[in-house]
Amino acid sequence: MEAADATADTALAARLADDLDGSFEELVDAHAGRLFSIALRILGDRPDAEEAAQDALVRAYRALSSYDATRVRELRLRGWLATILVNICRNRTRVKRVSTVELAFDPGAEPTADPMARRDEKASWARRLAQLPPAQRMAVVLRHVDGLSYAEMAAALGKPEGTLKAQVHRGLVALREAYLAEDRREREEMTA
Amino acid sequence: MTIHDRKGIADPALDSQLPSIEAALGSLAEPAPARLAHRTLVAVGLADDYAVIESPLGPLRVAWNGRGVSTVELAEDDHAFELGFFARTGRRAMRQPELPARLGQAIERRLAGDRRARIDLDLRGHSEFERAVWLKALEIPRGEVRPYGWIAAEIGRPKAVRAVGTALGHNPVPLIVPCHRVVRSDGTIGQYSLGGAENKRTILSAEGLDPDELEGLARAGIRYVGSDTTRIFCLPTCRHARRVTERHRVEFRSAAASRAAGYRACKICRPSVADVAA
Repeated sequence: MEAADATADTALAARLADDLDGSFEELVDAHAGRLFSIALRILGDRPDAEEAAQDALVRAYRALSSYDATRVRELRLRGWLATILVNICRNRTRVKRVSTVELAFDPGAEPTADPMARRDEKASWARRLAQLPPAQRMAVVLRHVDGLSYAEMAAALGKPEGTLKAQVHRGLVALREAYLAEDRREREEMTA
Repeated sequence: MTIHDRKGIADPALDSQLPSIEAALGSLAEPAPARLAHRTLVAVGLADDYAVIESPLGPLRVAWNGRGVSTVELAEDDHAFELGFFARTGRRAMRQPELPARLGQAIERRLAGDRRARIDLDLRGHSEFERAVWLKALEIPRGEVRPYGWIAAEIGRPKAVRAVGTALGHNPVPLIVPCHRVVRSDGTIGQYSLGGAENKRTILSAEGLDPDELEGLARAGIRYVGSDTTRIFCLPTCRHARRVTERHRVEFRSAAASRAAGYRACKICRPSVADVAA
C-alpha cells in the first residue's frame, strides 16, 4: 500500500509541476486526512490540528508555486508535507508552553475512575499516546499513525534513522507499560 | 508485533495477551473535517466563499478568497450566482452567513466613501490594461465622476477610450471599484454593468450627485467649470468646482476655451487630460 501511495504521489507531483492550480485540490484530497491525523495526535486538540493541517497545505501551495517544475516533479510529497507539518506543530507547542495535550489528557484523571472510558479503546490509546514525551510521541505518530518509513521520518525530523527507531521502540514499550498498568489497576478494583 | 522489554528481551507470553499496539495506533488516523479542504482552497485562492450584503441596488453577492475580493454581483439567488461564478472563474463558491468582520467593515467604509479602507482584490485572469483601468477608477472620489477619456489619458493610453469603456463593463468588483463614477466623455451617464444605466443613476444619487443636473450640463455643451477668483477650471463634479459660488462660477465648452480665457487646469481633477483624449 505504501508503494501504491508512492506511485500515486509521483504521478501527482508530475501533475503539480505541469499545472499547480489545476491539480492542487488532488493533493488536498489525498493528504488533508493524514496531515490532520498527525497534527491531532501531536497537538491533542481538534481545532488546533485543523488549523495546523490547513497551514501546512497553504505553505505547501506557496512553496510549490515558487519552485521550478523540475524540483516539484522530484518531490516526495508524503515526507515533504510531513516535514512542513512537523515544523508547524513544533512552533505551536513552543508558543503554547502549557501544552493543550497535557490539559486535554490530564494524567490525574484515572482511567479506571470511569469504566466507560476503558471501553473506548481508541480514546484510550489516544490518551496514552498523548502522555508520551514529545519526541517519542512525534516519532510514534509518524511511524505508526501515519505509516511513514524511517527514511522519510529521518528527512522530516532531521534526525538519524537509528535515533528514530530507538524513540519509536521506547515509545511502544511505554505504551505497553501504560496499558498493562491500567489493566492491573482495573483488575485490582474488580477484586477489591 | 513482538514486544521487547527495556533490556530488549521478548516476552511472548505477554504479547499474546496484548492487543496489537501497532493496529491500535493505526486506527488513530482520522478523516479530515469536511471544511478543511474547502478552507484550504479558499486560503490559496482556488475556491471562494461568498455572502450577501445590502446596497442601494438591493442584495449583492460578494465573493472572496485568500487573495482578496473576487466578485461583486447582483444575482437572483445562490444557485444562479454559483453557476455564473463557476462558469466565469472555474472555481466553486460556498455561501457563508456573513463576510469576515474586517472585510465587511472595510467594504462598508469604502461604500460610504472612505477610499483609505483597505480591500485586497483578486483580479487574476484579467489583462494589465483592465487592471490599470480599474485601479485608476479607484482614485475617483465618492460624489464625483470622470469621463472615460480621462481614465484613458491618465493611464497613458489616450486613444483607448472605447477599450476603457469595455474594461469598465467587465469590472468584476463593481461598487468596490467604482466604475459607476466613470461617465461618457460628453458628460452623459452612460452604461453600467451592474444591472444597467438606471442603477448607475441610483448609485450616483446615493453618493450625493444629481444625474439630471449632470446631463443638463452635458446637453448644454458645458464640459468645464471655473472660478473667476482663482482662475482655475475643473471637471464639473470636482469638489473644487462644486465649492465655487454661483456669483463666481464660469462655464466652458472646452479646455482650449478655458485657457484662452486665462484659466489653468485644476491639479486635483486634471481636466486637461480628458480634453486631450476627447
